[in-house]
Amino acid sequence: MAVSPRQPLSKISWAWQITWFYLILFLFVPSTALVLKAVTLSPAKIWHIATDPVALSTYNVTFLTALVAGVLNGFAGLITAWVLVRYEFPGKRLLDAAIDLPFALPTAVAGLTLSTIYSTNGWIGGLLAPYGIKVSFTRLGVLVAMIFISLPFVVRTVQPVLQEMSVEGEEAAWSMGASRWQTFWRVILPPLMPAVLTGVALGFSRAVGEYGSVVIIAGNIPFKDLIAPVLIIQRLEQFDYAGATVVGSVLLLISLLVLLIINLIQAQGRRYQ
Amino acid sequence: MTAELPESKSQATAGIDWVKGGLIAFVVIYLALLLFVPAANVFYQAIQGGWPGMVKVLTSRLFLNALKLTLIATVISVPLNTIFGICAALAIANKTFRGRTLLLSIIDLPFSISPVVAGLMLILLYGNRGWFGPLLQAGGIKIIFALPGIVMATIFVTMPFIAREVLPALEESGTEQEEAAFTLGASPWQTFWRVTLPSIKWSLLYGLILCNARAMGEFGAVAVVSGNITGKTQTLPLFIEESHTQYDNQAAYTAALLLACLAIVTLVLKYLLERNTAVRRTYH
Repeated sequence: MAVSPRQPLSKISWAWQITWFYLILFLFVPSTALVLKAVTLSPAKIWHIATDPVALSTYNVTFLTALVAGVLNGFAGLITAWVLVRYEFPGKRLLDAAIDLPFALPTAVAGLTLSTIYSTNGWIGGLLAPYGIKVSFTRLGVLVAMIFISLPFVVRTVQPVLQEMSVEGEEAAWSMGASRWQTFWRVILPPLMPAVLTGVALGFSRAVGEYGSVVIIAGNIPFKDLIAPVLIIQRLEQFDYAGATVVGSVLLLISLLVLLIINLIQAQGRRYQ
Repeated sequence: MTAELPESKSQATAGIDWVKGGLIAFVVIYLALLLFVPAANVFYQAIQGGWPGMVKVLTSRLFLNALKLTLIATVISVPLNTIFGICAALAIANKTFRGRTLLLSIIDLPFSISPVVAGLMLILLYGNRGWFGPLLQAGGIKIIFALPGIVMATIFVTMPFIAREVLPALEESGTEQEEAAFTLGASPWQTFWRVTLPSIKWSLLYGLILCNARAMGEFGAVAVVSGNITGKTQTLPLFIEESHTQYDNQAAYTAALLLACLAIVTLVLKYLLERNTAVRRTYH
């Protein structure tokens, strides 16, 4: 026992050094490059670029569509988690395994196949076209891609909580005469809310940053369906580094804000338990 | 109250099957519209042109170059991330120190940053007009629009995968066995190979599978730094996008089929690991 405290220490300092070297080289230095570039611009110029009409329209498309995708997945994900945990039916395992497809499938493939299927002569888009609904190459297409990319989050955050939740509370509520609806609102939903909100926030964050699937399914037209990450690439292609940096910094700040919110929700959820 | 109880309960039980059916139907339709139909479409579109069409794409120079570049970038970035992930987990696991939570958040940070922003950072750093641009040009080193940039972009977006899988496994297995090995005279290296590694192998494999899938499929970050020079700095996802914009459906879907197969293998391995080992399922 006398030897052990010294030995692991030597091993650990080694691991520490590699960890920090790696983080500095591949994470801190690149992040600093962005911050330093943003700092060299005058506040007036940053404001001018950040509130440029095209930039403003991309925030609208990016954040609002990601929010709608996150909320829709909040509802659908909750139902999906419920069905996968509480019900037994044939094919359940396949459904469960398929939930992770958006994590495993490269986004370029997702964008490609979604844009084909939801185009006006595609399998699903063709069914919507007679009603005047166009999906591919419109903002609705951006929404479909964002729903796809953020689909697993709510399911995967809610599932473990639901699995550990006992059915006793529900049964007690029932036996005391509560309706199914009341039982759901008063007994089942409250302990699940932190998990649902965490999943929605994670999905939102992922959808905001998404590039691959959206760039393929969208028409990328300013003021219509152009998202902020595509605007960054367009600015870079025009060698407008200041423009790219400012829009990139806005995206980065929003991501950090969402990360903070997720941590707060989780801290709140822990206190709840 | 007591008189009503059996009635209300039987009502609820009778109603449940209807609700159950409705909810299952909803989930099946929801997943079909977003996952199953799009996945089936990849196979359908790729096979539509028949074997000759697929073989022609698979043997084309552009496709082979893209495949080669994707494999090279993956073979470099995944092992580097593995070393980092294991080291970070060893350094953090079973220890309490100030700023531990902050460090964990920092390691997870790349998952929150848009891949395009990650690519932008590398351009601002190593691009011709970037901070190190003049220095690199003087030294004749090319990072942006070349392999090193693609590797760095891939490393950035896949950095947390291994660390966040191995860390909980290390915490769960504790330090007792390692300490026992030390006291019995094993060197740190021996202890790592004989004691530590076997206790984390399934979690490590799980992280590796996810890291590999993301590395091979990364699009946004690579699109920014690669310059997408056809036949030179074009990875498979970029090949798919370019084929698509040039209306070469056969090429786009043949490459997509290959990556879709990779995704299915990933899902199957992930499923088997979750079912047969103590690996806990995580989400990113």
